[in-house]
Amino acid sequence: MSLLEVENIVVDLPTPRGMLRAVDGVNLTLDAGRTLGVVGESGSGKTMLSRAILQLLPRRAKLSGAIRFDGQDMTRIAPETLRKLRAKSVAVVFQDPMTSLNPVLTIGSQLTETMREHLGVPQSEAILRGVALLAEVGIPSPEQRMGNYPHQLSGGMRQRVAIAIALSCAPKLLIADEPTTALDVTVQAQILDLLAREQRSRHMAMMLITHDLGVVAGRTDEVAVMYAGRVVERAPTRELFHHMRMPYTAALMAALPKLDAPPHTRLPAIGGRPPDPINPPPGCSFAPRCFYADAACDKAKPPLSAPDRMAHQFACIRPLPVKVAA
Amino acid sequence: MAVAKPTGPLFWCALSWIGIIVVAAIVAGVLPIPSPTDMDIFARRKGPTLAHLLGTDSLGRDVLARLIYGARISLSVGLLAPVIGLGIGGALGLLAGYFRGRFEIFVTGGVDVVLAFPPLILAMAVTAFLGQSIVNLTLVLGFLGIPAFTRVARAATLTFSAREFVTAARALGAGHARIILKELLPNVALPLGAFFLLGVAVTIVVEGALSFLGLGVPPPAPSWGVMIGEGRESLEMAPALAFLPAMVLFLTVLSFNLVGDTLRALTDPRQGAL
Amino acid sequence: MTALLDIKDLVVEFPVGGRIVQAVTRVSLAVQRGETLGLVGESGCGKSTLGRAVLQLYQPKSGQVVFDGQDLTTLSPPLMRKMRQRLQMIFQDPIASLNPRRRVGDIVAEPLIIAGVTDADERLRRVRAVLTEVGLDPDITMARLPHEFSGGQCQRISIARALILEPELIVCDEPVSALDVSIRAQIVNLLEDMKDRYGLTLLFIAHDLAVVKAVSDRVAVMYLGRICEIAPTEALFRTPAHPYTRLLLDAIPMPDPDIRPVEGVAVGEPPSPIAPPSGCRFRTRCPRAADRCAAEMPELMALPGGQMVACHFPLI
Repeated sequence: MSLLEVENIVVDLPTPRGMLRAVDGVNLTLDAGRTLGVVGESGSGKTMLSRAILQLLPRRAKLSGAIRFDGQDMTRIAPETLRKLRAKSVAVVFQDPMTSLNPVLTIGSQLTETMREHLGVPQSEAILRGVALLAEVGIPSPEQRMGNYPHQLSGGMRQRVAIAIALSCAPKLLIADEPTTALDVTVQAQILDLLAREQRSRHMAMMLITHDLGVVAGRTDEVAVMYAGRVVERAPTRELFHHMRMPYTAALMAALPKLDAPPHTRLPAIGGRPPDPINPPPGCSFAPRCFYADAACDKAKPPLSAPDRMAHQFACIRPLPVKVAA
Repeated sequence: MAVAKPTGPLFWCALSWIGIIVVAAIVAGVLPIPSPTDMDIFARRKGPTLAHLLGTDSLGRDVLARLIYGARISLSVGLLAPVIGLGIGGALGLLAGYFRGRFEIFVTGGVDVVLAFPPLILAMAVTAFLGQSIVNLTLVLGFLGIPAFTRVARAATLTFSAREFVTAARALGAGHARIILKELLPNVALPLGAFFLLGVAVTIVVEGALSFLGLGVPPPAPSWGVMIGEGRESLEMAPALAFLPAMVLFLTVLSFNLVGDTLRALTDPRQGAL
Repeated sequence: MTALLDIKDLVVEFPVGGRIVQAVTRVSLAVQRGETLGLVGESGCGKSTLGRAVLQLYQPKSGQVVFDGQDLTTLSPPLMRKMRQRLQMIFQDPIASLNPRRRVGDIVAEPLIIAGVTDADERLRRVRAVLTEVGLDPDITMARLPHEFSGGQCQRISIARALILEPELIVCDEPVSALDVSIRAQIVNLLEDMKDRYGLTLLFIAHDLAVVKAVSDRVAVMYLGRICEIAPTEALFRTPAHPYTRLLLDAIPMPDPDIRPVEGVAVGEPPSPIAPPSGCRFRTRCPRAADRCAAEMPELMALPGGQMVACHFPLI
C-alpha cells in the first residue's frame, strides 16, 4: 500500500459560463520517502489536484473519486479527523509566503501554535522546538526571529519560515505548490536545496508542483506531466526526460530556451493555446496543437497506459518512438 | 458579499420597482389621482375607498397621491444631491489620485474637514440662514456627499494609476488630460457609478430623516419623510399613515442598494472569467 | 558603429519612507543600433527602473540618456513627446498593460492619435496591418476588450501597439515572464521576427537567463543598482567574469536529470537597497570577497577578451 493513492479524481468548478472540469480523472500513487514532481502550465489542473488531496477545494467545487492517505479515504472521513490528519500527516507549502503567513502574528506564535495544538507540546518545549526548526531551515539567529513579524523578513526567509511551520508536526507527506515561483533564481536554488535536504533526512514523501521542467529534473524520483486537467505522461524522472513519449511533454521541453544553444536560435514553439476547459474537445486535449495528431486523435481521449515499459505511462495513441540507446 | 446575480429575479424585482416609482413620479400630473394637497376635513384618516385607493391622511389628503408626488421630491433630491457629490467629489478624487503631491494632501485634508462637520448642524444652519427649500436641501445633501465620492474616486484612481496601461500611455507621450479622460475615467466611472446608486439610497434616507425632523422639505409639499413625520402623530389611530410611506421608502432604498451592489460586483470586467 | 542609446553615469533615486533609495547607481551602458542588449538581474536590482528611466518615465537624479545624439534628460516636454514615437516599451503583465475598458482597435490606434495622425482611414489601415503582422486577425480582435484574450494574445496586442509607429528602440520589460512556457516561445519568436522586420534595437530586461540568452547579442548583469558585467552573450555564458554572474548561472535549474543540482551554490539574499554594502555591493555574498572589496567600489573595466567586469578579483 502506498502512502498516497489518488484514484480517478474529478474536480468540477461551477463558473458563470458553465461547469469547468479542472481535474479530469487523475490517478497517482506516492510511496513514503519518494518525491513526485507534478509539472503543468497554468490551467493544467495541478493546483486543483493538490487542493483536492488536501481537501482544501473551494466550497462550490464538486469532487469525485478517492484519495487514500495511509489507507484512509480522505473524502469520506469526518471533518474533525480530517483536520487532525491534515495537520499531522500532510503539510503544505504555498507559492506566496506573504499570503500564507498571518501578517499580524509573530513567526514564533505561528510556529508554536500548530505544535501545541496538534502535538500537545507545552509552550516552553514548543518554543525550543521552534527555534531548532528555524535553525534547521537555515534562518540565522533563530531566537530573535521568533519575535519577528512576516513583513520583517525577506521573501526567501518567509518561505523558509513557511517550510519550518509545515515541518513542525513531522508530516509524512509535504505538498510544495510552486514553492519557488515567487522567488529569485538564487533564492530558488536555496529553497529547493532545503526542501530536498529535509525530504531526505525526514524520509518524507514530497509532491513538488511546478510549471518548470528544470525544477523537477534534478530533484524528483518520478514526474507526472499534466495538461488540461489530465496526467498525460508519468514516468521515473530519468526515464521521462530521456524517452519522452507524449508529444506534449516533448514539445514543452523543446520550447524551453536552452542555455547551450547559440543566441537567436529559433524556439520550436507550440502553436495555439490550451483548450477551453468548459467546452473541451472530445478527443485528446492536445491534438489541436499536436504535430503528430491525425483524425483518430480527435475521436476519444486516450487513457493513461503503459504499453511498452512498466512504470512509463502516457496518454497518447500516436506516441513518439522509443529512442534506441546509442 | 451575497449579491443578486444580474439575471436573478431579485435584481429584476428591484429594477422594476425603481422603474415603477420613477415613471409614477414623472407622469404624476396626468395620473387619475386627486391633488396631494387638497384637504377633505370630513374624510380624515379614512380607509381605502374607490375615491381614495389608499385612504386619506389626518388632514383628509389622498395618501396615494401624496406617495406619488412624494416620490417626485424624494427622487429628485435623492438623484440630484449625489450628482453634485459625483461631479465635484469625483473630479477632485480623480485629480488628487492622479497628480498626488500637494494637491492630494489639500484634497484629502479638505475631505476630512467636511467629514468632521456635524451634518445635522449644517442642515440646521442652512435652513436657518437661507430658508427651508428643496433647493437648499439638495445643496446641503450634495455638499455632504462630496467627501465619500472623493474618496471612492481617489482610491480607484490610485489603483488604476499603478497599472501598467497608464505607464504605457505615458510612454507613448499622452498628455495628462488624455490619460485622465481616456485611460482613467472609463475605469473609475464604473465603481463611481455603482457608488452613485448607493448614494441615491443613502440620500433618500437622509432626506426622509431631515424632513421628518422638520429640517427638510417644507410643508405642505409631500415627501416620504414628511409623510412619516405626519403619520407619527396618529400612529395609534391609523398606523398605515406612517407605515405606507416608510414601506415605500424602505423598498426604494433597498432596490437602489441591490442594483448598486450588483453593478459594483459587475464592475470588474474579469468577473466570471475565472 | 555608433550607439543608438548611450546611458552615461545614470543615477535614479526614490524617496522611500523619508529616506532616499538609489535604485540605479552611476550606470553607463551603450546599445548599438540593431542589437539586442539583454539586461538581467534579480528583483530589486534596478533593471526595470533603468529601463523606465531610459524612456524618461522616471526623472533621473543625474547622468545622461543619449538617444541618437540627443540627451533625453534635457529635452523640452514637446520635443520629448515627439521623440517618444521613436522609443517604445513592452511591459511584463500583458493584461495590466492594456486598458480593460478600451477596445483593442482603439488601444493599438492610440499611439497614432497621440502622434497626430488625423486621418481615420489611415489609422484603421495601419492598425489592421500591424495586428496582422503580430499574428492576430484584425476582424476578430479589433472590436473586443482585452479581457477576452489570453495572456499571450494580450502580449501580441502590446507588441502591436509598440510597433505601430515603427520605432527604433523598444524597451522590453520582462515581456515573457508572466507567460506559460508554450506561449513564451511564441512571443520570443515573434519579438525576434519583428526585430528583423522593423530593424529594431531592443533593450531586453529579464530575470530568466535562458530567455535572455536566446534573444541577446550582448548581456549586462545588474546587482543592487550597479552593472557587474557586460559581455557578448556567448562569452558571458561560457566564461562569466563576475562571481555574481557565475552564481546566477549555477542557480538555474537545468531541465536535465543527469545534471545533479550542486547544493549550496547560492548563499544569502540581496541586501536591502536602502543600505547597500560599502565597496562592492556583492561582497556580502561573494566567495572571493577580500578586504579591498569592502573598501573600494570596483568600476567596470575591460578584460582582454572583450568582456567588461566590475570586480577586483574577476574569474577570468
